[in-house]
Amino acid sequence: MKNLINKLSKVYELSDVVYQRPNFTYATTTKENTISLITQLRDLEGFSHFVLLSCVDWIEDNLFQLTYILNNPTQKYDIAIRCMIDRNEAAMTSAHYLWEQIATYQRELKEMYGIEFPGSPRLNENFILEGWDNIPPMRRDFDTKKYSEETFFPRERPSSNDPATYMKSRLHPDEWDGKIAE
Amino acid sequence: MSLFHIESDRSKYPQPGDDGKLVVDLDSHKYVKLWQGPNHPGVTGNMAIELTLAGDEIVQAKTHVGYLHRGFEKLIERRLFLQGMQTSIRMCVAEPDTNEYVYCQCVEELSGIEIPEMAKWIRTLVLEMSRLQSFLRVVPGQGGTTGLGIGVQWGMYMRELILDRFEELTGGRIYHMYFTPGGVRGLLPQGFKKRMEENLKEIDDFIIRIDDLMYSNAVFKKRTVDVAVINPSWVDKYGIVGPVARSAGFNRDVRKDYPYLIYDQLDFEPKVMNHSDIYNRSRIRWYELQQSVDLIRQIMARMPENGDFKAPTPNVLHWEIPKGEAYVRAESSRGEYGLYMVTDGSTKPRRVNLRGPSYTQAVCLLEDMLVGANIADVHSIMVSLQTCPPEIER
Amino acid sequence: MSEEKNIIQPAEQASKFVNPLYAKREVTGPDGIKFIVDPLRDYFSDQRPQIYEPNSIPVIEKFLNWARAESLWVLGFGTGCGSIEIAPLLTPRFDAFRYGVMPRPTPRQSNVFIISGYLSIKTLKRVVRSYEQMPNPKYVLALGSCTINGGMYYDSYNTINRLDHYIPVDAYVAGCMPRPEALLAGFNKLKELIKDGKAENANEYAKNFDWYKANQKKIIKDWNMPDYNW
Repeated sequence: MKNLINKLSKVYELSDVVYQRPNFTYATTTKENTISLITQLRDLEGFSHFVLLSCVDWIEDNLFQLTYILNNPTQKYDIAIRCMIDRNEAAMTSAHYLWEQIATYQRELKEMYGIEFPGSPRLNENFILEGWDNIPPMRRDFDTKKYSEETFFPRERPSSNDPATYMKSRLHPDEWDGKIAE
Repeated sequence: MSLFHIESDRSKYPQPGDDGKLVVDLDSHKYVKLWQGPNHPGVTGNMAIELTLAGDEIVQAKTHVGYLHRGFEKLIERRLFLQGMQTSIRMCVAEPDTNEYVYCQCVEELSGIEIPEMAKWIRTLVLEMSRLQSFLRVVPGQGGTTGLGIGVQWGMYMRELILDRFEELTGGRIYHMYFTPGGVRGLLPQGFKKRMEENLKEIDDFIIRIDDLMYSNAVFKKRTVDVAVINPSWVDKYGIVGPVARSAGFNRDVRKDYPYLIYDQLDFEPKVMNHSDIYNRSRIRWYELQQSVDLIRQIMARMPENGDFKAPTPNVLHWEIPKGEAYVRAESSRGEYGLYMVTDGSTKPRRVNLRGPSYTQAVCLLEDMLVGANIADVHSIMVSLQTCPPEIER
Repeated sequence: MSEEKNIIQPAEQASKFVNPLYAKREVTGPDGIKFIVDPLRDYFSDQRPQIYEPNSIPVIEKFLNWARAESLWVLGFGTGCGSIEIAPLLTPRFDAFRYGVMPRPTPRQSNVFIISGYLSIKTLKRVVRSYEQMPNPKYVLALGSCTINGGMYYDSYNTINRLDHYIPVDAYVAGCMPRPEALLAGFNKLKELIKDGKAENANEYAKNFDWYKANQKKIIKDWNMPDYNW
């Protein structure tokens, strides 16, 4: 595995290499290099099985992290390629021609994070949501609890009291400040 | 080709365009649009397929999912690591224990907890029981799609036996929450192995009966042999895993390739076939049904009687896991089932992403496989791929 | 600097992501006439449901109620996770056929709707359509805590919290998920209600139709239909 990473790092900028398990490695590369790197892994290094395309929202750094996990079924290796893209103008080169299922992943990421993949088939069709007119829901700045309370009709829940202040109010009413924390 | 085969007139059917896909002009009034699902007895779960038909032949298919979307991955970002358990297991109802395992294993790997030996044995036992109950649903279910309803009735009864054992072990029929980060919640009850052995005997008998009932039935063979064949070159192109890939000649089994828990100490050999039609895909599940029963017997014979079943974990209210990411996979009855978890040093996960086998098999593969198929075979094809919509949309 | 750039008004930010599918479009009907379609307008459900008047002779109405209670035909629409317990319910171990419970494939032939658990917005639209297609008398059995108060999905952006704001519910079966025995108990309770003439919620739906429709329209925004439907 280390040989492969050394070989690849001569051509591509690889950083943050983590050897998680003997057969699982993470590496970060630049946005421009990502697609050519996974193409090389697929065609020359035998990583023929595409496992997962996922996105992580690092809102503090204003970045999206895209993770492509590839699997080599004969040598039983996995490699995860990460790349960081800008969060405000989120866009990434489409890789739908490499594996068929990537188009589905990209449709989901478009809907859930608002990341553009120009050229990906059926990108603008609804995949999961229907009639959604808000911020893409998986972004960290979308508050799902607030949205749920405003949109649906929450049933009143029994209030729960902090046991310490509640017992104080019952046992020592003279020392109690008149409030029960929830 | 039979003696009476007549070459039919194909001029009314759509012709392939430049890119190899059929050109379907809906305005020509030659085609019928038909929705199979979501309210339809012939779909596996709450999903829909939008079919375009020329006669009874499908010329275009589109999968529509999202009817079961609950936003799990968003919800888990708002839960503590222990609270994430009860959320994560409900991602797929047909086989919840695999979800439990991948979630617990992610948390343990990221926080560096090593689970005790006894917990590994019990986890393997529960995972195999979960695979067994899933196969007991789907193997006769394949007969049910061709009108052979009696197998479904038998299979459901056999599944109940396993669910009873689950109830005895964990307290729940479907959702168990028996695994917990660090191990399991308890040891096997007294006399569990004896009652399990009695049930396995009944299932042994059922396996032989279902073989006679389905796999030598002339009607079942006519409906399934050489229908919806998967070309071996599609396996990598579409990301096919599990029994479907094994029936196409690829010996890929997570339990063998990336041994987890104590699977490396058990004797089993994944069954591989060379021609992936509906019949062989169903047949391979029948072999795995036997294999599951055999594995449960092996586990029960070899597992230690007593031992520590839970490693100590930090206070769950203030459990912070350092920054890191992990991808854990397990073999469910449908194939490779993985969970990708990213933590950022706080008490809640940053991102959780589930990769179910149906994500590829029920969307891009099914859409391409259905073209040219008969409308009556849609349900058979879906069951033979074991499509499970909740793991597509989560 | 980057922080200042980040601050965008929520409305503006949301409008950045509006799907182009929801723009108004021109459609040619089968007779060649062109017209404008607004995908976010509700074109269905203009027909108001009828209020069912009970028979004026109480004995006959009582007989009819007994007959209704003894043949509960269930719509086979598995809307959520609870549908996995419907199969054991109808197979030999629990055998709900003993109680006259029988699955039907289409809403036109059924009179009990089992809402098996949580409902996403996309399914709720289909559930409302199916419910309105069912002939009178019709009853709704809601499973699990998700239909009562949202259950563990109380903070989800895509699942409803209270089912009784969208369609009327006759009986709830609690549990996550309810066991087949609990479902049988739920069916027996429903039978008692029907025999007593108390399961008249379909009439409530017809009387408060505007309130229910307003609640439904609050969350179901997309009433889009493909072009070939016109």
